[in-house]
Amino acid sequence: MTASTVDTAQVVVEPVRYWSRERKVGVGLAAAGVIAAVLFGALASAQKAEFTLAETISGSAVGVNGRVGAILFGAIAAVAGAAMLVTARRAFGWLLGLGIVAALISFLCWQLSQAPDNLNTIPLGSVARSSVTLALPLVLGALAGVLCERSAVINVAIEGQFLMGAFAAAMFATLAGSVWIGILAAGIGGLLIGLLLAVLAIRFLVDQVVLGVVLNVFALGLTGFLYEQLMAKDQTRFNQPSFVPEWDIPGLSKIPLLGPALFKGNIFLYGAIVLVIVIHVGLFYTRWGLRTRAVGEHPAAADTLGVKVLAVRYRNVLIGGVVAGFGGAYFTLLSTTNFNKNMTSGLGFVALAALIFGRWSPIGSMLAALFFGFCSALAVSLGSINSPIPSGFLNMLPYIATIVAVAGLVGRVRAPAADGTPYIKG
Amino acid sequence: MANDDIHLTVEPGEIHALLGENGAGKSTLMNVLYGLLQPDEGEILVDDKPVQIRGPRDAIAAGIGMVHQHFMLVPVFTVAENVMLGAEQTTGGPIGFLDRRRARKLVREVSDRFRLAVDPDRTVEDLPVGVQQRVEIVKALTRDVDLLILDEPTAVLTPQETEDLLEVMRTLKAAGKSIVFITHKLKEVQAIADRITVIRRGRTVGTAAPDTSEEELASLMVGRSVLLRVDKPAVEPGAAVLEVAGLAVNDDRGHRAVDGVDLTVRAGEVLGVAGVQGNGQTELIEAIMGLRPVVAGRTTIEGRPTLGLSTREILREGVGYVPEDRSVDGLVKDFTVAENLVLDIFNTEPFGTRWVIRPDAIAKSARERVEQFDVRTDASGQAAVGTLSGGNQQKVIVAREFSRPLKLFIAAQPTRGVDVGSIEFIHRQIVHERGQGTAVLLVSSELDEVLALSDRIAVMYRGRVIAVVSPDTPREEIGLLMAGVTTEAAGVKDGHTDD
Amino acid sequence: MTEQTTATAEDLAAAGADQLPPPKTFAGRYLRTMWTANTVTVTVLAVLLALVIGGILIAVSDEAVRATFSYFFSRPSDFFSLSWDKVSDAYAQLFKGSIVDPAAVRAAANGTGTWERVFFPISETLTYAAPLALTGLAFALAFRGGLFNIGVQGQAIMGAVGAALAGFLLPLPVGIHLVVALVFGAAFGGAYGFVPGFLKARTGAHEVITTIMLNYVALFFLGWLIIQKGIQDPERSDAISKPVDDSAQLTHLLGFLGPSLRVNLGIVVAVLVVAAVAWLLRRSTFGFELRAVGLNPEASRTAGIGVGSTYVLVMTAAGALAGLGGATIVMGTAVSLTGAVIGSVGFDGLLVGLLGRAKPWGVLFAALLFGALQAGGNRMQSFSGISLELVGVIQALIVIFVAAPALVKTVFRLRPAKVSGLGTGMSKGW
Repeated sequence: MTASTVDTAQVVVEPVRYWSRERKVGVGLAAAGVIAAVLFGALASAQKAEFTLAETISGSAVGVNGRVGAILFGAIAAVAGAAMLVTARRAFGWLLGLGIVAALISFLCWQLSQAPDNLNTIPLGSVARSSVTLALPLVLGALAGVLCERSAVINVAIEGQFLMGAFAAAMFATLAGSVWIGILAAGIGGLLIGLLLAVLAIRFLVDQVVLGVVLNVFALGLTGFLYEQLMAKDQTRFNQPSFVPEWDIPGLSKIPLLGPALFKGNIFLYGAIVLVIVIHVGLFYTRWGLRTRAVGEHPAAADTLGVKVLAVRYRNVLIGGVVAGFGGAYFTLLSTTNFNKNMTSGLGFVALAALIFGRWSPIGSMLAALFFGFCSALAVSLGSINSPIPSGFLNMLPYIATIVAVAGLVGRVRAPAADGTPYIKG
Repeated sequence: MANDDIHLTVEPGEIHALLGENGAGKSTLMNVLYGLLQPDEGEILVDDKPVQIRGPRDAIAAGIGMVHQHFMLVPVFTVAENVMLGAEQTTGGPIGFLDRRRARKLVREVSDRFRLAVDPDRTVEDLPVGVQQRVEIVKALTRDVDLLILDEPTAVLTPQETEDLLEVMRTLKAAGKSIVFITHKLKEVQAIADRITVIRRGRTVGTAAPDTSEEELASLMVGRSVLLRVDKPAVEPGAAVLEVAGLAVNDDRGHRAVDGVDLTVRAGEVLGVAGVQGNGQTELIEAIMGLRPVVAGRTTIEGRPTLGLSTREILREGVGYVPEDRSVDGLVKDFTVAENLVLDIFNTEPFGTRWVIRPDAIAKSARERVEQFDVRTDASGQAAVGTLSGGNQQKVIVAREFSRPLKLFIAAQPTRGVDVGSIEFIHRQIVHERGQGTAVLLVSSELDEVLALSDRIAVMYRGRVIAVVSPDTPREEIGLLMAGVTTEAAGVKDGHTDD
Repeated sequence: MTEQTTATAEDLAAAGADQLPPPKTFAGRYLRTMWTANTVTVTVLAVLLALVIGGILIAVSDEAVRATFSYFFSRPSDFFSLSWDKVSDAYAQLFKGSIVDPAAVRAAANGTGTWERVFFPISETLTYAAPLALTGLAFALAFRGGLFNIGVQGQAIMGAVGAALAGFLLPLPVGIHLVVALVFGAAFGGAYGFVPGFLKARTGAHEVITTIMLNYVALFFLGWLIIQKGIQDPERSDAISKPVDDSAQLTHLLGFLGPSLRVNLGIVVAVLVVAAVAWLLRRSTFGFELRAVGLNPEASRTAGIGVGSTYVLVMTAAGALAGLGGATIVMGTAVSLTGAVIGSVGFDGLLVGLLGRAKPWGVLFAALLFGALQAGGNRMQSFSGISLELVGVIQALIVIFVAAPALVKTVFRLRPAKVSGLGTGMSKGW
């Protein structure tokens, strides 16, 4: 062996074409900024648009003339877009972020200037807090997806796991009179669907997308049936859990904006944060994670090194079921305190989208979930200022955002290579 | 049954070649040894003691390591991660935090000791195949194996890389390791093996010493003497059919795979493209076929530009195409033979129109093709193509492409994984088509195939055609070109004669 | 140690069936589909297993049965007899509500009852089956084209919207109005199916995600639409649209026997469309491309088939089928748009398509089975007090078992024969 054959990969860099992706995005952003400035500026009135950092609309506010604000921030977005033409790759993320935020503020200035008197304020603290809260089930659902799909089992049944978790939490928290028992039961509920998913996908080789969809219908039917046969007949006995307690972290919870969002939380918030960290560390820094990722990328390679491929998959799918079930408890112990048929309204699928948008990574999934949470929170805020946009369209926002995100990103993300493929020896 | 009554004995510190043609059962045998398949009967002895090998874990414990033909490496992992997988160096007790530093050190140690240069921190998918193979060997050596099985290790290597590998094998032998070297390449066997076992159709047919002549080994391997040369009548090449100029194409990951290629293929000639796999041949052909976006350059067929045309339009120009990976790109396995035979022309007369297809006409034509091309399936052509053997599947593709008049025929690895009988048949068909005045562009990583069929040979290296030479050029010289070594002598002047 | 998908075997079997000379009659083809590759055995056993599990659910969810738990070990017979009574009564109601009630036949025969009551269960079954067959086809067609269309619900909603708008906004003569409304339904559904197909072809966005999201968008759109001026019924304060004109309502087929027999032209439309789709798949150029792309998009692309444009067309066609399904509801039974006008007929269509193994005549059969379960479930709910949700559980279980034939075989200890599940191979990767 001679040193001359120690070869490096052939990495031929694309000759720089002027119209790179960054510049195209820049043009789009600049155009959006101009449209925002012109359109929102024209539509806005001179009424003041106010933002507070607090959770309520009282207190010190930053205000701006609605029309001026709409034009000004639209112009900022346009400038950010134009700047991207010059800077190209450098500072792409920052400029894009600035542009999007500015365009959003321009839009809000218009909306607030049209709001009735006394409602022309958006409490940013409250928006932040509800963004985080609304993102919680999505984070947990997406983490369940990370666990399954990193070991190459597609989990479309997150929705079903949510429902089972929500149902079990409501029922057993009420029966036992303890939310903690409810949360435990939720984990077991999610685990049951996870078990079905694992056995049918891994042992019986059922097509995993088909399976996930059918398991969702199964969970929907089962929880609906039990709801009507049991709960609906005696709500106080079966379906009246209490809220999980709120745990403020002293000191930190007083920080404006972030305090209410991150440090006035509950078991779901802190649980989600811990799980994101644990799963991230586990996946990338431990033996379990190395084996999980190997099984997800190249199961045959793992097998030839003595890694038990199917065992890894069973374990991960089952843990994923517990995590999603825990996420399901959110619906009956935090967002409301009773179970209702089909109460998860497709958020399990949004969690799946967050998983893809988040590139199958725990932290990415969390950020994606926060994005969807923010879209929902924004819809709520706009509703509360009597926005002229019909509430039906506001409610579409998170779903449309999901489509845009997935359509805009796919092709640039790479799923675990073996995702969805059963492993058969020999 | 892939293996039937096989006997094999490997001595310590010996390089034992296992010779057999494609599909003879070599890999099956080795998978049994490595515990990936279970034998129906018979036993395995290590150091004269019978062992039960139920899985790779048992094999590793018994001191057996294996380098698979298709590398068992996780592409997105680093070298160190690939090496440590399954036997991770960890800290933190039951949690098992990965100790990457220790893994890295181990990789360095082993690679130094056996002179296998690998960088533990590189991501495997960024490494050339030769280096990936070294990673596989390092992986086995860190597990303290005594017997290393190398399954067709040279299939993807340049002649130079092959030399390096043989050198590594000698080092390992000197260190007392035994090696089973599975191959169908006679020259390599003669160069390195201490002993040779030949298997055919799942049975051991003989053991030979390395000084056995090539002809003798070949006839042992296939059971009769092989026709290595193809009878090729002289044809005076006509006008240029396919012209490629300055073509640049990217691979799936956005790296430049074809980098300014100029080629001309004339009517009635076979232009062979030689080169180690992964030097842009695949991307070149896909670009010509309209299957891959072109970054720069142009392609013309009989003078008409074809860039921007759809694949269907290019096919309708009179282009036949045998893709490299038949099971992925060539056939719809769950379709019948008949349906696959019209996959590209089902909507043209007489098989159908813009709106409807005519199953009767399709079935009738299928019966004719099955007979004419000697496809071993039921005569009606109504069996699913996936149930056919590899060679017969390939014949279905060839039959499909040759069933309409062609100006240009493009074949990528037309005989890969195909039995000897089908290889000869397919080669005769290609020569026949050339005789009809069709221009043929042949891409193959089997240098012998290129040498046997081509009128001119273009050698590709790193996305460029570095020389166009005559098929009389010595093998060694072409081998050097494939490794990117251009000399004054090699073909540069030849390369310019064709424009 | 190769990786494999489970995709192929069933289609192999299907391909095998197609070799035989095609039977000349619908019935012959229908039976052929059902007997292909041992699917009948598995399907029947799957239904049986699902009903058994459903029975267990009925028993354990019943207050009186649960009361016998407390002394189960001293007197287990109570538990078993009570459970048996409960379950057998429920399933008897299921049968009477979906096929025929013997008591009604006797009454009609001796003159004390009406024939209307005899035909009522069948009428209900067919009424439910019609839109299910169409939405089932919407799923099945996309499935054969390699796409997982979970957006049937949204497409059916848009179809219902299109048909309803044409039904009460366009003043058209009898006959033409009906056809135009159906066309509007198909067009709205088709346009809504086009979107995910286009996104898939252009950006690679996985249709599972996009179609689910579009379902919710359609739902919110419907909710907004029916309270708009000119759409909302001016005589009502709740969220409901004007009714579809009489001229755009599907004729009741058995209306002459009595007004409660709701079965309408929808089932005729459904059967015709099933036949058309069967022809399309087998004999049309588009069908050939669709099947080829569904089974192997790479090979199809290499053979010159436009994969992206096929995806777009497939999703548009699937959307149109779903739209027709929605249209038959609003033009047949619902008459006005409400927030829940189509119920869950789109989601049920997924199960119908899967149970029918994505083959047109199989889908029709599956729709009849699900229609019967729905019709019988209604009676079971009102006569035995068993929640209609049980039907959903049973339906899901049937499809799980059909999708996992190996499981059914394990349960019943059948010899392993060549039976395969529902595979696509497309769940490979996102």
